[in-house]
Amino acid sequence: MGLDLKPNFQPNFRDETFREDFTFFNSPTAIKRFPFPFDQDSYMYAVNMEPHVPGRPGSVFEHTFDVDEHYVAEMRERALVLAEDPLRCQSLPHMTLAGWDLLELIMGTKAADYPQWFELHRDGNRWHWINHPLGIDQHFTFLDDTTLPCGPMEYITRQTQGDFTLQDQREDNLWMEAGMVTTQADWSLDFDIGMHFFEWHAPVPLAHEKGIFVRALKFLMNVRHGAPARRFNWTMTVNPLLDTAPETYPKWGTMRTTVTPENVGEKLHLRVELQTFFRLPRSNALVFPIRCYLISFNELVTQPKWARRLHRVIRDLPAELATYKGFIGNRPIMVDWLAKYDDGAPTSPGIWPD
Amino acid sequence: MSGVAKIEVTVAEVVEVNPMIKRFRFVRSDGGAMPAFSGGAHTVVEMQDGPTRRMNPYSLMGDPADRSGYEISVRRDEVGRGGSLYMHRHVSQGMAMVISHPVNLFPLDLRARKHLLLAGGIGITPFLAQIAQLSAMNGRFELHYSARTPALGAYMAELKARHGDRVHLYFDDQKQVVPLENLLTGQPLGTHLYICGPKGMITWVRTAAELAGWPSAALHHEEFLAPPVGNPFQVSLQASGKAITVAGHQSLLEAIEAAGIDAPYLCRGGACGHCETDVLACDGRIQHNDHWLTDEQKASDTKIMPCVSRFEGHSLVLDR
Repeated sequence: MGLDLKPNFQPNFRDETFREDFTFFNSPTAIKRFPFPFDQDSYMYAVNMEPHVPGRPGSVFEHTFDVDEHYVAEMRERALVLAEDPLRCQSLPHMTLAGWDLLELIMGTKAADYPQWFELHRDGNRWHWINHPLGIDQHFTFLDDTTLPCGPMEYITRQTQGDFTLQDQREDNLWMEAGMVTTQADWSLDFDIGMHFFEWHAPVPLAHEKGIFVRALKFLMNVRHGAPARRFNWTMTVNPLLDTAPETYPKWGTMRTTVTPENVGEKLHLRVELQTFFRLPRSNALVFPIRCYLISFNELVTQPKWARRLHRVIRDLPAELATYKGFIGNRPIMVDWLAKYDDGAPTSPGIWPD
Repeated sequence: MSGVAKIEVTVAEVVEVNPMIKRFRFVRSDGGAMPAFSGGAHTVVEMQDGPTRRMNPYSLMGDPADRSGYEISVRRDEVGRGGSLYMHRHVSQGMAMVISHPVNLFPLDLRARKHLLLAGGIGITPFLAQIAQLSAMNGRFELHYSARTPALGAYMAELKARHGDRVHLYFDDQKQVVPLENLLTGQPLGTHLYICGPKGMITWVRTAAELAGWPSAALHHEEFLAPPVGNPFQVSLQASGKAITVAGHQSLLEAIEAAGIDAPYLCRGGACGHCETDVLACDGRIQHNDHWLTDEQKASDTKIMPCVSRFEGHSLVLDR
């Protein structure tokens, strides 16, 4: 079951694609606010959590849920993915309440943070939601599943950038039992649903041996309502593909063999996930919004600090990680190209551009 | 960092429920709505009791859908450290207090086909919120609630009036006992069992359920330990370079906080594991009072839960 989108791109949102002709790009403003994930010139796994508190104005941390120039196009892309494969969105029966929790969280914060685009009018449990950019105007009864065109999690995540997984907490573990996953870095909700934290992280190299997941689980199970947390993850994607799913690997996997020294600046994209973690109040579940940001190497090297640092990180990354992240084959071309933008000068602390 | 989100509240109402129990209602001082919560959640109430700052957890007993205020019930404990006495003697309508955002260490398992709830005494409070939540969701539940006497059976009349046959009451003074064996062997597949009450009751029910073959994932209980009183002792805090003295009626965690150190905590009752602290040196005996550490960890004296555990001996050095 879908939503009837009547997208309105002008004047704030770019009309662009993440497939076929790949017209996606970042405006100069979007480049400046890109969440560059490396705070030093090297990278290794760590439990790099920090409180998800409102951050510097204009940055992706300014609001609880960042809405940027790609919003409308990303929602159109999600609808296309779901039309081809409805199993990208699933919710086990006991997770419906968590879906309502998520809907309440997103509607409340978006209406407060972006009143020019989103409106939420509440009269007890009778709610009226208006999403101007997507042309949606919906009256419904909060906590009554029959009053929305689809389940509450699907309804709100068809209108919110980023993937979402909902975790039930029991037996000293977290269980992924609902989600909307269409902008993922090569993992499958349909495969992972019902798994616990260690099971769905089983393919990750090196981190288990370092005890990362034991500590991460302990941290996450203690995330409290009112005190969300966040971290970055990252990988590389050839062409600005939001949907790099195992299910569609035949469509995009071969694109990784098309990189040449001539086109690497245009084709290679740093893919950054801003992962946030919220305790949901009514269900006691945890939601992980996983927001994907893409930036081409050409766009990234317009910031000299990021160009120098990315070169050093990619050059020195352990081979296991480059393999797991899927770019070991392209690494020589990437490093050669990035080296032209690294004069060896020291980089300033922190993630922000100079 | 403790990182606990807090709410400034005003005491809207204090009601004497029976000779042992008072009910307190909190509303937000800024007039806003309280955060929604899930049945079984508790809040930590901060009390400035003379020179001592106490932070005690109490289950939220109101309807989770009611965001106009939170309600807790406090049973007076004459021999404890004084948190409940402070609530009974000093907290009155109109007073400003600080409470934490709700935390749930005793949630309903929403996969359950049926929820079997066993309450003893003041242990009824988390079930009041869970029953309100289950009623709104048309969830199937059955409550078995024991009290010493009818006069001490808080909220029994309301529960019976609202939920009729789903509520079963028992009184110690009338020699009535929960028919545990029948209950445990007569439940439909997919039933989850929840226990909240005195330690003896929790042990009794859990042991019987395990003997009857219940899967451990279907057994849930909540038992907050009050930090026990004891003799004063000294502790060195290596990371912050401080030496502190823990008074007899103070917990180690409270003494750490009183020294101006922001230490992690969640339940403050020895259950959640959040305040777990590494022991760097121990010349003496740690009195481990928590439910968190394993027996091996307790025996090795390499970890301590400062919310409930104490120390006797020459010196204790913690990584805090």
